Amino acid sequence: MGSSSSRLSNVPNSQELMQETGFSAAHLLRLYERFQFLDKDNKGHLRSEDFEAVRELSKNPIGDRIVEAFFLPGQETVDFPSFVRVLAHFRPKEKNRSREGAQQEPEPANSRNQKLKFAFRLYDRDGDGKISRVELLQVLREMLGMQVTEEQLESIAERAIQEADLDKDDAISFDEFRKSLEKVNIDHKMSIRFLK
Amino acid sequence: MTAAGGVASGSRQTGFSPWTNTSRGSAKSIWTLRRSHRCQFADDEMWVFVVVFFIMFPAMFGLSLGVTGVYIQILVKIFEWATVRIQRGRQEQSSLPVPLHTGIIERASGSMQEQMGQLRRSQPTAAGEFCLSDAMYFCKKGLESIVDDQVTQRFSSEELASWNLLTRTNQNFYYISLRLTIIWGLGVFVRYCILFPLRIALAIIGLSWLVIGTTVVGFLPEGSVKNWLSELVHLTCYRICARGLSATIHYHNKENRPKKGGICVANHTTPIDVVILANDGCYAMVGQIHGGLMGVLQRSMVRSCPHVWFERSEMKDRHTVTSRLRDHIAAKTKLPILIFPEGTCVNNTSVMMFKKGSFEIEGTIHPVAIKYDPRLGDAFWNSSKYNMVSYLLRMMTSWAIVVNVWYLPPMTIQ
Repeated sequence: MGSSSSRLSNVPNSQELMQETGFSAAHLLRLYERFQFLDKDNKGHLRSEDFEAVRELSKNPIGDRIVEAFFLPGQETVDFPSFVRVLAHFRPKEKNRSREGAQQEPEPANSRNQKLKFAFRLYDRDGDGKISRVELLQVLREMLGMQVTEEQLESIAERAIQEADLDKDDAISFDEFRKSLEKVNIDHKMSIRFLK
Repeated sequence: MTAAGGVASGSRQTGFSPWTNTSRGSAKSIWTLRRSHRCQFADDEMWVFVVVFFIMFPAMFGLSLGVTGVYIQILVKIFEWATVRIQRGRQEQSSLPVPLHTGIIERASGSMQEQMGQLRRSQPTAAGEFCLSDAMYFCKKGLESIVDDQVTQRFSSEELASWNLLTRTNQNFYYISLRLTIIWGLGVFVRYCILFPLRIALAIIGLSWLVIGTTVVGFLPEGSVKNWLSELVHLTCYRICARGLSATIHYHNKENRPKKGGICVANHTTPIDVVILANDGCYAMVGQIHGGLMGVLQRSMVRSCPHVWFERSEMKDRHTVTSRLRDHIAAKTKLPILIFPEGTCVNNTSVMMFKKGSFEIEGTIHPVAIKYDPRLGDAFWNSSKYNMVSYLLRMMTSWAIVVNVWYLPPMTIQ
């Protein structure tokens, strides 16, 4: 990776990014190398074709949703800070955060709330703040489509909405989403184990 | 080359007769005579003597002078010292980022199906079919592959935890101390000015011996003598080439060595793999006919024992390839074929999925595992970064190559 020594000074805005996302210098450097690797034509930003070149991602059932999550609405390119900000959601939570500081600083990227918001965005593709029945069916079809029939999919979706939808508007809002996942260890499910 | 012989030839050349000296001075003058005449009489004889005695004979009989072993031990001691220095220096300058060695993230092992099965079993919900958090699993996997995917990891060189005084393996060499830099400079001098010419000389000797030897053997009539001689020639040449790279090879489980009429299958890290394996046995090589120096080598090798060389056009036709290989194996007296099923060079930390063509030939398959010790020199050929010549130059200017070869038990199709 990188024939000449790639130093932290080559990474743009490294100090602010480290503050904002909480990544260490070594991780940031490595992510920058990865960003450059994915950016095959050296454009300085990534397009969706660059993501699709990752073979393991194209085998993932919700691969294209994940790629979409990197792009801000209306944008077609991802620069390095945006790349890192999305990945920052997946840092595991540090064990010993002081309680009283929580009000003053902005919410860190890898808090439980932020992770849940990210997952919600995966379901709620049109961004209207609710997971409609149609959207839920779409996701189910992508994840389970090979193994179950259409009727089974519909009944699964029906059951999921009934369990989660508390105000009975036939859609799952973010609060209902969060409530239904109260008991789930989100930090474990939505964290990538970065090596020290 | 005794003293008498030296003196005698010396006196013939210069006309000086030592016997006219007084007895007290005669010993001294004989000694000075010996010295000056050693410089005078043909340097060629000395070189031939050195070559034959120190290189050819050991190579023919597989003996080793033990020099390489000592050399490697010394090098390892120096590298340990260098690593300690770097770590100490890094602690003092804590602003330097520590390079990550094996990748940035730790991934769960096992395929997606296995992990989904484990997830299902651990779900507390009785329904077990779907939970809103299921998408999170795929999301995590997807992001892991964006950050670091396993296929790419195999194609860049392994980064070392310790430093072996080659800047090519340590990406982040910072100035730590004067002593370290001096030692590194010395290392560069030793490698480029002392080791490199020696190795080039050895390589040239080895290759020219191969061409000459195989051509000569090719004139003999078919028979067991010819086979024995051709094996000897091949082995000698490869051993000389291995010396030319300062390669130390350890073979394990020699009882599983590939036999005649079989197929030998190995993992591929560098073009030198061929030399490494051929040091311990003779194989029939498979490959395309090249032009130039390689072509000369290939054509001369074929004279003494049958290898399987393909024209470029034949390589595209899988049937031709398979049938020729099958014919070669069917004649049980021919040497085992050497095939690298990965198809390309991989960086020696893991194995890629094999291409199945080699296994359709239906013979006895002898798997062989080759593992390079990365402490002394990175042997991986990154063909996208370096071409063959610059790769060979890098190999000849690194410290040494230490290889472990494991012969695995043979298998047949069931």
